[in-house]
Amino acid sequence: MKSLLRWESALAVLLVLVVVVGSAATGGIFLTGRGAFNVGSDLAVMALIALPLTLVIVAAEIDLSVASVLGLSSALMGALWNEGWPLEAILPVVIIVGALCGAVNGFLVTKLGLPSLAVTIGSLALYRGLAFVVLGDQAVADFPDSYTQFGTTPVPGTWIPYPILLFAVLAVVFGLLLHATTFGRAVFAIGANEEAARFSGIRVKRIKFILFVLTGAVAALAGIVYTLRFASARADNGTGLELEVVTAVLLGGVSIFGGRGTIGGVILAALVLGGLTDALIVDDIATEVVKLVTGLLLLASVFAPAVTQRMSRGTP
Amino acid sequence: MAVTAIRELGILIALAVVVAVTTIVNPLFLSGQGIRDLLLNACLVALLTVGQTMVVITRNVDLSVGSVLGLSAFVTADTFAVNPVLAVVVGIVVGALCGLFNGALVGLGKVPSLVVTLGTLSVFRGLDFMWAHGRQINAANLPDGFLALGSGSVLGIPYLVIITLIVLGIVALHLGSYRSGRELYAIGSNPEAAVLAGIPVGRRVFTTFLLSGTIAGLAGVLAVARYGTVDATVGNGLELQVISAVVVGGVAIFGGSGTVAGAALGALLLSTIGSALEVVHIAQFWQQAITGALLIGAIALDRSVALRVAARMRRQSRGVSA
Amino acid sequence: MEVALAEVSKSFGAVRALREVSLTLTPGRAHALLGENGAGKSTLIKVLAGVHRPDGGQLLVDGEPTRFASPADAKAAGVAVIYQEPTLFGDLSVAENVAMGRHPTRRGGMVDTAAMREQAELLFERLGVDIDPKRPARGLSIADQQLVEIAKALSSDARVIIMDEPTAALSGTEVARLFGVVGALREHGAAVLFVSHRIDEVFELCQDATVLRDGGFVWSGPLSEQTPDGVVRLMVGRDLDALFPKQDVEAGDTALEVRRLTREGVFTDVSFDVRAGEILALAGLVGAGRSEIARAVFGVDKPDGGEVLVRGKRIRPGSPGAAMAAGIGFVPEDRRQQGLVLAASIERNAALASLNRLSRLGFLRSSAERSLARDWAVKLQLKFSRLTDPVGVLSGGNQQKVVLAKWLSRQPKILIVDEPTRGIDVGTKAEVHRLLSELAAQGVAILMISSELPEVLGMADRVLVVREGRLVGEFSRAEADEERIVLAATGVAAG
Ligand SMILES: Nc1ncnc2c1ncn2[C@@H]1O[C@H](COP(=O)(O)OP(=O)(O)O)[C@@H](O)[C@H]1O
Ligand SMILES: [Mg+2]
Repeated sequence: MKSLLRWESALAVLLVLVVVVGSAATGGIFLTGRGAFNVGSDLAVMALIALPLTLVIVAAEIDLSVASVLGLSSALMGALWNEGWPLEAILPVVIIVGALCGAVNGFLVTKLGLPSLAVTIGSLALYRGLAFVVLGDQAVADFPDSYTQFGTTPVPGTWIPYPILLFAVLAVVFGLLLHATTFGRAVFAIGANEEAARFSGIRVKRIKFILFVLTGAVAALAGIVYTLRFASARADNGTGLELEVVTAVLLGGVSIFGGRGTIGGVILAALVLGGLTDALIVDDIATEVVKLVTGLLLLASVFAPAVTQRMSRGTP
Repeated sequence: MAVTAIRELGILIALAVVVAVTTIVNPLFLSGQGIRDLLLNACLVALLTVGQTMVVITRNVDLSVGSVLGLSAFVTADTFAVNPVLAVVVGIVVGALCGLFNGALVGLGKVPSLVVTLGTLSVFRGLDFMWAHGRQINAANLPDGFLALGSGSVLGIPYLVIITLIVLGIVALHLGSYRSGRELYAIGSNPEAAVLAGIPVGRRVFTTFLLSGTIAGLAGVLAVARYGTVDATVGNGLELQVISAVVVGGVAIFGGSGTVAGAALGALLLSTIGSALEVVHIAQFWQQAITGALLIGAIALDRSVALRVAARMRRQSRGVSA
Repeated sequence: MEVALAEVSKSFGAVRALREVSLTLTPGRAHALLGENGAGKSTLIKVLAGVHRPDGGQLLVDGEPTRFASPADAKAAGVAVIYQEPTLFGDLSVAENVAMGRHPTRRGGMVDTAAMREQAELLFERLGVDIDPKRPARGLSIADQQLVEIAKALSSDARVIIMDEPTAALSGTEVARLFGVVGALREHGAAVLFVSHRIDEVFELCQDATVLRDGGFVWSGPLSEQTPDGVVRLMVGRDLDALFPKQDVEAGDTALEVRRLTREGVFTDVSFDVRAGEILALAGLVGAGRSEIARAVFGVDKPDGGEVLVRGKRIRPGSPGAAMAAGIGFVPEDRRQQGLVLAASIERNAALASLNRLSRLGFLRSSAERSLARDWAVKLQLKFSRLTDPVGVLSGGNQQKVVLAKWLSRQPKILIVDEPTRGIDVGTKAEVHRLLSELAAQGVAILMISSELPEVLGMADRVLVVREGRLVGEFSRAEADEERIVLAATGVAAG
């Protein structure tokens, strides 16, 4: 607990640093309302998925298929729109399909007892492939303004992007779920010692299944946000985003071995990561370099606890 | 032993079915040139599966192989202007360095390989982009002799296939018949017991990643020879095909069992399915979905077979001693 | 080669597994290491094997201070160890398991598979067992696993052979063969360290002995100076009668009925009743299937057949939740792996089986959680500094109290306890026994599994003996004695 608090303070400092340096490097655009709006809009998609994924990783599982579910939901949105469906009907269908994708992962992991790493590497390919099957390589961009405004304009009178508002609501929901309910307590117990959880009467499989379904549904929701933000439905939307999401979760202090972590830490990490990304991009550095930095951050966030642990254990 | 042989037979049958069906649609599929194309297409992935198999046997995974291949390919292509021999060496060394980095973090730093190689997947790709800086290198910039390596053959067998088979043979021999190879199986089968048996687990895992990187470096060099055109996206996403091939080829994702021959057959099957889709005019889009489905199907199959075998043995062991 | 430990200490957090323990292994002699479960025997062995590095004290090889930085070092120095838990590679063949790390090779360094099989066959012949060297190690019975471990240790021509409870799962003939082989090794100048719970075995095989209690050193010397009873007294640390104060209780109605419970290959056709106020013990060898029966009754494993009834009502099989709702509590065998979430706090562990009762609309009331933990900490006299400390820092005895708190706070009508006093100090042991006795007096039906015969004989109203997955004997408190139980458990006369 104490070390987690320290981790979060370090993140807060890092966040301030990113904002200050980022503003300096970008000549202050970063601190303008418009700049903040852009940063917020860019990071919202990744941050949304990080919320349920936090619970999955706390339960000592992983889901690498999230970005592909995002792509599939975007493609499905485009395909159904092309079919002439109204968006009011498309959106729930897309979210249900996302939940189904999660349910397939959850079924394979809990009912067949397969390792989630292997399952979701497989479904990463499968769902992305299905996205292309659904929409091919076309782009659907003729969504009505009344909807795309959700992604492109701020809440009236402020510079707050709607997706960030959505994220804030879900952050509270997932924060309470993980930290204040019996469900969350069970998730921690499962991640720290699955066998002991089972021996305490906790329904391990059901809980894990629910976590995968939630992750699929939220990833699909993120796909909708992504599509509206860029007003473009494509099968390859969000390719590789799983890296950023996993990085945010681990940078947020969640242990890759399960059993430890907070939603608060992940929120901070998502802000740091989002700010950093935008600072670098505003500074005209290629997006691939941003990926490089993300990768380094990921390595640092798993390596730092490993090193500090070994030092504090003081191997004789 | 028997179980893996059955698996390899299964893949061969699947392969035969795919080829047969496709040949009915288009007889050219099975011509001499057709077969050569099939083998050539499978080569790079098959080569990568050789390194990946070693990694997976130790209960680890190397997601960075596609990026290592890409980085090595670009650096190799770029170095040709200086000296062709140097270029080949540099390409392999780049791969080895990447593998060294992965291996140091996983084997010596004791950080889970999934996270490490997910991180280095983008780090190495990022380096590739920084190095390339938007450039593309074309066949025109490369010596013909080198390009012949990618397309030429001896006695009708492409050089690429020969090189892949040589690497495969060496690693198969190592895994099957040398102590250090057998110890990799022990590590993946029961890591704690491996430590107790006095096996230098950290060092072995380190070496395994080093080899996987080196092989990916070699694959990068060969990718330049094969395609002639190189930009910073070469090998993007290849890790999915490689891991699928390994798992489809019967290497247990929990570690401890599997062969490089099986994994290479897995690669051949996957790439043949890809080619077959093209021939029967099914959109290429399906290939990725099929790859994923096959991967999931393979681990599910392995799992249910393992469970059934375990249940049978449980019954027998009690029956014998009672 | 002479190997000695001089005042060696080793702690795991607050658990002081070894405190300044000394012992000397002499070539040509077999040395017994004695102590109750949790006394620190396995930890001592792991220090000798290079698995644990001692916090204090020295390891001496032929009088020279030496450090084993890893098991590889110890192995290279000629120390072979048979660990208590099997350490086999399930995917590899039995022959390769025996050879691992020392594969026979041909010229050029290639592994010689034929020689490897031959080697395993020869070893199995020496041990008089019939295991196919070509089959994979996965799926071997516990006894066969143990025999492969023994073959592994013998194959290395070690000069020091250490065996941690090698006979716990073996039948009489297998034990006799093992003793023959060990005797021969000893005569060839090997030093042997031997751990066993069967005192008669120890006197048969060993010349010297060292006794540990709660991690502390109690006695060391030639066994010729001791009697079996004297050794047991040294191990237990007080008179046996004082240790097990089970009060006589008028047994009530049948609380738990187990009918023809079967899990294929594990146990078969197991039926018994436990009445309110009664303590029923399951005795037997390690691997006989006792814990597995308990797990199936509680529902963590799903049985293939049979049923479990609580006060006449059948409970859903394979569901711990259903068992808990019917009033069953389960203190499992492996406290650290199954009983507790070591990284979580005392209060969270104590509340883990009561989450639903401590919540409103799914939200956990942390005040209720805390007061549950505080109440039970007082009732069980838990020694701790803060309820928010991770349970992993507590001593073994206090950890066990947290597990007990977790279940007792649910006020179970039926309590299953698997090795309830394993790895806890003598004082806490007596407390646990008193507690179980009190619970029985309050009408709780108790199913107890224990490998400590004195505990079984002292606590149980009735003893069932399990051998190879079947119930093979039933003794009332008056009938039960050590000889009868061992006879039933092993299928041969003791000693
Ligand atoms: N790796 C470990 N971590 C924490 N505690 C341990 C560990 N190994 C053993 N212990 C504790 O040390 C004590 C001695 O255990 P052990 O040496 O296994 O006893 P024995 O072999 O005599 O039954 C027990 O209280 C046990 O719970
Ligand atoms: Mg022990």
